Amino acid sequence: MTVAEPAPKPITSGKDPRFAPTLYAHVGQPESWTLDYFQRHGGYQGVRRAFAMGPDAVIEEVKKSGLRGRGGAGFATGLKWSFMPLKDGKPHYIICNADESEPGSFKDRYLLSEDPHQLIEGMLIGGYAMRASVGYIYIRGEYVHAAERMWAAIQEARAAGLLGKSVLGSGFDFDLQVHRGAGAYICGEETALMNSLEGLRANPRLKPPFPAAAGLYGLPTTINNVETFCAATQILKYGADWHARMGTEKSKGMKLFQISGPVARPGVYELPLGTTFRELIYDWAGGPLEEMKAIIPGGSSCPMLPWDDRVLDTPMEYESVAAAGSMLGTGGVTLIPKADCIVNATWNLVRFYGHESCGKCTPCREGISSWMTRMYEKLSRGHGQPGDVQLILDMSDNIGGRSFCALADACLGPVLSSIKLFREEYDQLAHTEQAMYPARRRWRDS
Amino acid sequence: MSYFADKQPLVTDIFSRYPASPQGRRSALMPLLREVQDAEGFVSEARMAEIAGLCGTTATEVRSVMSFYSTYHTLPTGRYHLQVCSTLMCALAGSDELWDHLVSVLDVQPGEVSPDGRFSVQKVECLGSCGTAPVVQLGDEGYYEQVTRAKCDRLLAAMRTDAPPPPDNPVPVTVREDGRQMLANGERVGASIADLAPVGSAMSGGEA
Repeated sequence: MTVAEPAPKPITSGKDPRFAPTLYAHVGQPESWTLDYFQRHGGYQGVRRAFAMGPDAVIEEVKKSGLRGRGGAGFATGLKWSFMPLKDGKPHYIICNADESEPGSFKDRYLLSEDPHQLIEGMLIGGYAMRASVGYIYIRGEYVHAAERMWAAIQEARAAGLLGKSVLGSGFDFDLQVHRGAGAYICGEETALMNSLEGLRANPRLKPPFPAAAGLYGLPTTINNVETFCAATQILKYGADWHARMGTEKSKGMKLFQISGPVARPGVYELPLGTTFRELIYDWAGGPLEEMKAIIPGGSSCPMLPWDDRVLDTPMEYESVAAAGSMLGTGGVTLIPKADCIVNATWNLVRFYGHESCGKCTPCREGISSWMTRMYEKLSRGHGQPGDVQLILDMSDNIGGRSFCALADACLGPVLSSIKLFREEYDQLAHTEQAMYPARRRWRDS
Repeated sequence: MSYFADKQPLVTDIFSRYPASPQGRRSALMPLLREVQDAEGFVSEARMAEIAGLCGTTATEVRSVMSFYSTYHTLPTGRYHLQVCSTLMCALAGSDELWDHLVSVLDVQPGEVSPDGRFSVQKVECLGSCGTAPVVQLGDEGYYEQVTRAKCDRLLAAMRTDAPPPPDNPVPVTVREDGRQMLANGERVGASIADLAPVGSAMSGGEA
């Protein structure tokens, strides 16, 4: 080969003939959760390659792949892994955050229940790279079925020598445990999750120290999302170059997008980063069932975006969604119909954050759980007064950026975006008792 | 009467998941609470004290942890504890009406148990099943999904005869058995995982 071939066009559509789903390739297939099925479909090849490369090369491979954390923040995974101390002689932990509790997100649940060995393999790879000998999978308490499948898969892996002493003869010792949560959104915050694992109230911890320095039981710890570990399994199996060919310059690889609300085919779709909202909503999910007015692009914390052509044609990747004024988050897309009152819809989310506030810091405990919730209740129940909307904005100004963790700011995502986009609906409720879009029947008879 | 006294293997198993240190011992608190609640429907003060003893803490601490989470109960629950997801994605599918229907036909409010001991209800936040809204969680058993009014009434009738169907676990299958994903119009597009070459395999032909 003497003539340099032009760089191939990046893969940014689920319809691209070069794109093959991997994370969800086996979800829904009979017996996909068994070790037998997993091994018949090429399972545990990635970890074998990792053992052959050595731990430092594994971190380099993950860096090269461009993988970014799939739990919502989008931090570079390889870089995060490299923060773990190398030769401190202390035990290290890795934790899988399977607390999936951001409203609009439901991708990890099916990875856990339908393809648990993919996660075990990813945690083996991560544990090996980060010199950890124990991994905990923190599964939200409500995912009973997923936790049972995960437990069973761990037992199978132990019996097959894939967990325990000298995994696959590599000399690397590693074991996994499942810890079930008990219903608390804040446990998705990594330091709150560690407190919960330690049997404490799940209040977030002060950072620094960061978990890589002092995490679970005060020891170096790294937490990754379920999808992130599963992506590592695929990256080690198919190579960093394969992963980096998908997506955009800064947002590489595939992503599990979820879509809910009134659409023809709600569900989870595995698509390359950079796929447009329009492709997800129309081509994959079959289009909206009624006229829409807003999109929540990545889970309820992400500011709402208006339902228009500019937003629909935005590529779903970290940078473009940020440029559009929101966040990619967990990739949980929710559509809000035109005929639903935006104040009422936002009240629902404010109530959610108010309920889930841990109570540790004043801006969140008083600001979100009490004041903000009451203001929305007042407006929604028809007791609004002129000045109420400005009061909500003033309160937001005093809450934003002033809370201990990101929960209060997360609540302001829907609050501020909905006021910006639909001020007239708020103003009507501040001046009259009647919402612009009154409550309507939504529950289906059959 | 002690709950764990005659369950030593279970207690040993739970403690073995965490480090053999005071901190590790405390980590067993949540799984121990779960055991009691699954068996008895709630955690009484006597059980809190027992768990505190096992974990090396006080009953007050145990209660403090319990009060942080939504799924631990200090009051008895019914044989069928119905938890209705009330967050936006389910609300857009009618969960408010579902809730009103439940409390009116069962004539039970949160914190109460129906006179026959069967039913208790709780509004909960997002259950992570937004694609199959609205959703009702049965105790620590699992979810009933896409609960329409007719399905809700069928479920309640079945519970009244103590024959509830097993929880649903529908999986949103978008990738077909050939490994390709199907568009809403039924067309299969893209490639299959079977077309990909693992690194170092004969198929991959070296570095691509």
